[in-house]
Amino acid sequence: MPIFIDRRLNPKDKSLGNRQRFLKRAREELKRSIRDQIRTGRIADVDAEHAVPMPETGTAEPSFNNAWNSGRRQHILPGNRHFSPGDLIPKPGGGAGASSPGNTASEDDFRFVLSREEVLDLFFEDLELPDMVKLNLKEILAYKPRRAGFAATGSPTNINVGRTMRNSHGRRIALRRPKQEELDAILREIATFEEVPSSAAAHQRVAALREELDRLERRRRRIAYVDPVDIRFNRFDPRPVPNANAVMFCLMDVSGSMGEREKDLAKRFFVLLHLFLKRRYDRIEIVFIRHTHLAQEVDEETFFYNTQSGGTVVSTALEEMHRIIDERYPVHEWNIYAAQASDGDNFAGDSERCIALLNGKLMRLCQYFAYVEIIDEREAHIFGATENGTSLWRAYSEVDQRWPNFQMSRIATPADIYPVFRQLFGRQPAPLKRA
Amino acid sequence: MARQASKSSLLFSGSDWDFKTLSRAYDAIEAIAVEELHLDTYPVQMEIISSQQMLDAYSSVGMPLMYRHWSFGKHFLYQDLLYRKGGRGLAYELVINSNPCIVYLMEENTMALQALVTAHAALGHNHFFKNNQLFKQWTDAGAILSYLDFAKGYIVRCEERHGLAAVEAVLDSAHALMAQGVFRYHRPPKLSSERQREGLRERLEYEEQSYNDLWRTLPPSQRKANDKGQDPERKKSLNLPEENLLYFLEKNSLVLEPWQREIIRIVRVIAQYFYPQRQTQVMNEGCATFVHYTLMNMLFDRGQISEGAMLEILRNHSNVVFQPAFDDPRFSGINPYALGLDMMQDIQRISTKPTAEDRDWFPDIAGHGNWREVLLGAWADHRDESFIRQYLSPALIRKWRFFVVGDAADQPHCQVASIHNERGYDEIRAALAHSYEVGANQPDIQVVDVDLLGDRHLRLQHKVNNGILLDDASRDATLRHIRRLWGYEVSLAAVDAETGVAIHERSTSQIAE
Repeated sequence: MPIFIDRRLNPKDKSLGNRQRFLKRAREELKRSIRDQIRTGRIADVDAEHAVPMPETGTAEPSFNNAWNSGRRQHILPGNRHFSPGDLIPKPGGGAGASSPGNTASEDDFRFVLSREEVLDLFFEDLELPDMVKLNLKEILAYKPRRAGFAATGSPTNINVGRTMRNSHGRRIALRRPKQEELDAILREIATFEEVPSSAAAHQRVAALREELDRLERRRRRIAYVDPVDIRFNRFDPRPVPNANAVMFCLMDVSGSMGEREKDLAKRFFVLLHLFLKRRYDRIEIVFIRHTHLAQEVDEETFFYNTQSGGTVVSTALEEMHRIIDERYPVHEWNIYAAQASDGDNFAGDSERCIALLNGKLMRLCQYFAYVEIIDEREAHIFGATENGTSLWRAYSEVDQRWPNFQMSRIATPADIYPVFRQLFGRQPAPLKRA
Repeated sequence: MARQASKSSLLFSGSDWDFKTLSRAYDAIEAIAVEELHLDTYPVQMEIISSQQMLDAYSSVGMPLMYRHWSFGKHFLYQDLLYRKGGRGLAYELVINSNPCIVYLMEENTMALQALVTAHAALGHNHFFKNNQLFKQWTDAGAILSYLDFAKGYIVRCEERHGLAAVEAVLDSAHALMAQGVFRYHRPPKLSSERQREGLRERLEYEEQSYNDLWRTLPPSQRKANDKGQDPERKKSLNLPEENLLYFLEKNSLVLEPWQREIIRIVRVIAQYFYPQRQTQVMNEGCATFVHYTLMNMLFDRGQISEGAMLEILRNHSNVVFQPAFDDPRFSGINPYALGLDMMQDIQRISTKPTAEDRDWFPDIAGHGNWREVLLGAWADHRDESFIRQYLSPALIRKWRFFVVGDAADQPHCQVASIHNERGYDEIRAALAHSYEVGANQPDIQVVDVDLLGDRHLRLQHKVNNGILLDDASRDATLRHIRRLWGYEVSLAAVDAETGVAIHERSTSQIAE
């Protein structure tokens, strides 16, 4: 009768640790190949599993191997039908023998699948929202224990010895617990009496001493050296850890001047931003505002998938944003971020109003404001290097010079999105100084 | 009537299994194995696992306990991919050479398959592990699990103390030398370190006692001659040449910390544990396949397995022993299951119904009558190479239509050397046996010299057989790993094994870090 063990309920993924070590080792190369894939593919694909080729560097397992293309070998094969000794068989491919091991694909040439989480982690590594400084306690998630005085109850590991002994000492004095020295003195006295030849007085004295000794010992037994009432424990109070609250405003121009291509690029940018925020920050609120000549706050679904059209008044979006901040996001509690995408067209004269809005209020409220302009591929050559551009671009350039926490960039093709995204949200060496 | 009686004696019916049925099947199979085949096995521990757990077991070299290393993760990804794409099915079972013998059964198996697997692994492999000379000599089935437990814990502690990267570096280097980390020809010197030290002290004492100042006054020319004579002595004191590179580095490297030596030792012990398995593929699988085939047929004859179950068993059996011909697109080498089973059935045939040819070739077993005894003896005494050299019969060579092709790298053609005819039998048998010689098919690399008091340059020698050289890129990478463990320059000289002519030399100083 064998022993049976049912292992099916054992914890799964015994080799998960090994897998993680492997991914860590190949991290740099995996990161590169994922970014390449995503740059060429659809942005929304970030949010899915990816098959990546086996990285070449760092994951080879070398050992001494025979080179297949040298020396003399013998192959023993089954199934001879028509060969006789001395027959010559041309080598396939002019090189290797009929069954040279070198011909088979090596175990290292394979693609494997990374899970969605792993893809996102690799993809968004070293990106972060800059200047996340405002902390508050409104929504508490984590507690940290902190020393807070003493308690009469607690677990043995938390006993405070100093306190306990101090209490014990005081109680012993108050209750007049006989000391060891007193007992020793009496014993010595008895001994001196017992040495000398006895007299009646001495006998009496010894008897009295013995009685006294007995009384003291009984008292010592009654009054404990350390009594449960003496014991004190260190007390710990859970203390809430301040938590960063952040809100990201996504402002998108959906006016008529934005063609399908522009809208597509802008949406891709926001999809990426959305994924990034969801992945990296547990607690972040995202506000979607889209505008034509009117701005309105919409939900995620509408923002990404609904179509709308109209004129262009950019300042309405900024006003809407300001209104929402006033209404819902007190500046002293919230880290406020904004990302805006537009084709740069604006209602005549409105750009000045945008400058005024930004310089006047919004930039003071925001931690960071990123502006992405979607331009034509042909324009990319013209505008690429110069400060010249659309009316909004020129207007925002002024803001850019004045505020260090303002960044702007241009996107002409889908391939630009990721580099621009990294440029805007790359981890900064030091936090931005607020002007 | 008879039919009803047989129905009641069935071990199981239907494809579902439960632990009671498994246990009943095992008991019946074991009874018949002991009674009919005289198998002698370790106690068995059967563990039911899922496919995911089977993949896990694959990637940690089949052991239930293993330390952590990224390369196991890489293998896991590879196996996982093959499995998911359907490129490769998973094994129905996995068996570990331990005492008690651990057998993994997949939960997806049907009851018929579980019975087959029980006979195959729990009895066939188990008997082989317990009785084969190679396993008896080189592995300690009772201790391997607790050793792996120790190894895993030790490496975790090292990681905590010295950091992941440092431990990983040592493991990477040690893994690169795993194939060169076994003793092929002799057992390791068994001196305990204390006795070793004592021996050294005694020797020093003797030298002090027999010191004679006169030697110092010898003329210099003779001293020079003496210096030359020091070389062999130096090699002798280090037990050179040494084939086990890991052992040499563990004992003699000057740059390793004690924990690093222990890690190398762990890798070395595991490599040595698996060495017999690599030498007995055909025999081990053949033994297990022969046992399951014989036992299942016996159970069927006794009416303990239904016809339906037997058909399923036979279908799986024939999948396992399928051997396509060399020009079949499915051909991927010789199937050890098929060759092993065929050879063992052939031995059975020779023992009971020999032909004149067999009497000629195998005078000592032909017509022996007791095939059980012959097989038990073969299982106990042989490894693949000697088994084939001893027992591959002309009849089997004809059945398989074996032929030998000579393949020289500098020729545009391969030449057929021998086929299954009277003149070819011996040659085919020798060539096939040789191809299963693990020692001969791996590059023969040994430590030949090192001057510990001088520049500490470690000299390795690669004995080139039949002009087969090492692959350049992996050789350089492996040399870098040796350098990391040795700490000083390492060079590898390729020398022709027959003529002793030096072919080339590669040193770590020529290889960029």
